[in-house]
Amino acid sequence: MNVHEYQAKELMAQFGVPVPKGGLAQTTEEAVDVARGLSGDVFVVKAQIHAGGRGKGGGVKVCRNLDEVKNAAASILGMHLVTHQTGPDGKLVHKVWVEEGTDIARELYVAVVLDRGAERLAVMASPSGGMDIEKVADETPELIFFSRMEPGQPLWDFQCRQLLFGCGLDAGQVRQGTKMLQALVTMAMAKDATLVEINPLAITGEGNLIALDGKINFDDSALRRNPDIAALKDPTETDPLELTATELGLNYIRLDGNVGTMVNGAGLAMATMDVVNMAGARAANFLDVGGGANEEMIGKGFEIILTDPNVQAILINIFGGILRCDVLAGGVVAAAKKIDLKVPLVVRLEGTNVAEGRKILEESGLAFEVAASMSEAAAKVAAVLGGQK
Amino acid sequence: MSILVNKDTRVVVQGLTGKEGMFHAEQMIAYGTNVVAGVTPGKGGQSVLGVPVFNTVSEAVRETGANVSLVFVPAAFAADSACEAADAGVDLVVVISEHIPVMDMIRAKAFLNARGVKMVGPNCPGIITPGECKIGIQPGYIHKPGTVGLVSRSGTLTYEVVHQLTSAGLGQSTCIGIGGDPIIGLNFVQLLELFRNDPGTEAVCLIGEIGGDAEEKAAAVVAAGYPKPVFGFVAGLTAPPGKRMGHAGAIISGSKGRAQDKLAAMEAAGITVVRALGEFGATVAKTLK
Repeated sequence: MNVHEYQAKELMAQFGVPVPKGGLAQTTEEAVDVARGLSGDVFVVKAQIHAGGRGKGGGVKVCRNLDEVKNAAASILGMHLVTHQTGPDGKLVHKVWVEEGTDIARELYVAVVLDRGAERLAVMASPSGGMDIEKVADETPELIFFSRMEPGQPLWDFQCRQLLFGCGLDAGQVRQGTKMLQALVTMAMAKDATLVEINPLAITGEGNLIALDGKINFDDSALRRNPDIAALKDPTETDPLELTATELGLNYIRLDGNVGTMVNGAGLAMATMDVVNMAGARAANFLDVGGGANEEMIGKGFEIILTDPNVQAILINIFGGILRCDVLAGGVVAAAKKIDLKVPLVVRLEGTNVAEGRKILEESGLAFEVAASMSEAAAKVAAVLGGQK
Repeated sequence: MSILVNKDTRVVVQGLTGKEGMFHAEQMIAYGTNVVAGVTPGKGGQSVLGVPVFNTVSEAVRETGANVSLVFVPAAFAADSACEAADAGVDLVVVISEHIPVMDMIRAKAFLNARGVKMVGPNCPGIITPGECKIGIQPGYIHKPGTVGLVSRSGTLTYEVVHQLTSAGLGQSTCIGIGGDPIIGLNFVQLLELFRNDPGTEAVCLIGEIGGDAEEKAAAVVAAGYPKPVFGFVAGLTAPPGKRMGHAGAIISGSKGRAQDKLAAMEAAGITVVRALGEFGATVAKTLK
């Protein structure tokens, strides 16, 4: 789960990480009120959406007075902010964060990351702050400093010293940075974060460290034991169909095509999405109704797929394992009869008792296309859509 | 021959008295697996499916000689259960549970490594040596004893491939679902090494998916010299970046973990890559016959 910059900053501040003073606003008037309560004569107005690259897209503005804050908030609130992470339609901005401007002498990058291969957390730092860190890693890998933690051990001071002296900080800044990195690790472990990123981390004109941005990814599997984190979820950041699917207990991701897919198991669902796309059609979604895939889950699957107005055909791909094909076919037929299906449906069943399963589909009186293989199913869907054009 | 489990394997099921645990233990027993004990704290002394239930794994191991544990407990308790099994001295812990927090797995994995105990999973269908021993939730009857080893990050995708192999007349030595989480037990590389030394395995199939770099590491092992043919498939060739595709570990992060890079690494290493999943069984059959 991702959170907004303002939420990340508030959480980091709770763990002792210095962040600029600021406040959240949903209207231009609120933005001006927030700025009026801040000290200094420079303010920054920042769009709050879950995407990087907001500055380049016009979602971050530096203001010299309250009038400029008002104008900045007016232009950002309600805009469809397009960045390299939002897609071409951009994201509607509902909220801005208004904070005190910082006198920036240098910008660094620091992060706590999950190192999958090494099966532990690691800390990272780079003197190339404010840039895309993947690009830094590709082009100037010598500017990335990295240190792995030992499971069950603290983040030792020496690890922080290695990173921060590496970034060219002086002894006083290294002491500040050490406290900050250790606070970020404590927060990550306490709140089950698998990525904490500060980019940029500023060194002020006075030589102090302060987090100018914050990005945190939380482990979805741990949200139940972190209700305070679960409460930070912003439903407007999730596709409404995906929200509904979550409520139905389905594993659903909306894509931009027109072939609804329904599959049992995540790996097979991904492979089905691939085979549809490779056949020249485009999958409208990824949908895993669970390894078992009973009538109830298939019914819920139909419900969610048909809520997507882009869907013009449906492909069901089910492997009958412990639940055999004849039982699953019965489930598909029962679920399909309950809804008024107006789009073509291709079903591919495989596994145990597949002959009985296909017979149930063919004799159901419903206008199914039954396919014997995944490739055939994808080709049939592509053909059905081609015929409609 | 096989790797890790065979007809002499003695299984303790943690969570045997739960609904899922009991359902699948019954299927395992029907398949011929030696399920010798169950563990449910507070239910020690009971008997389920004719199997004695103990309060602790160490008691179960002491009384029954169990050497492999199957963990079937809710995610919040699964890491603790895996550590308990490792501490009790089993050789292998198979964890089926899904949605175990990553921080728990970091700690559990370090605990198991310190004791030299292997793990399969979590978030996986389990391990099976066809005709001898099934430990997990796989449909046993799609498998057939034979000489093809299989390692997969996914559940039903594995069944699909196993079914194709069996339909093509190819049996399996051992099939392992290694799980779809970011942090797992045995990985492609470790299992390739076990299959390398198994005289009963003639070829190995690797079923991967987007996320992480397990496939690239496996390709490096094969590139360095592998004595048996290796076949590969990777799911998620058309997956969008930044989205978790069902499995916690199946996510393209920035430009990392993409299927096309994994397939390219496999191909460069001499692995026979199958892009159309439906052709998998036939491709293996053509090469081996």
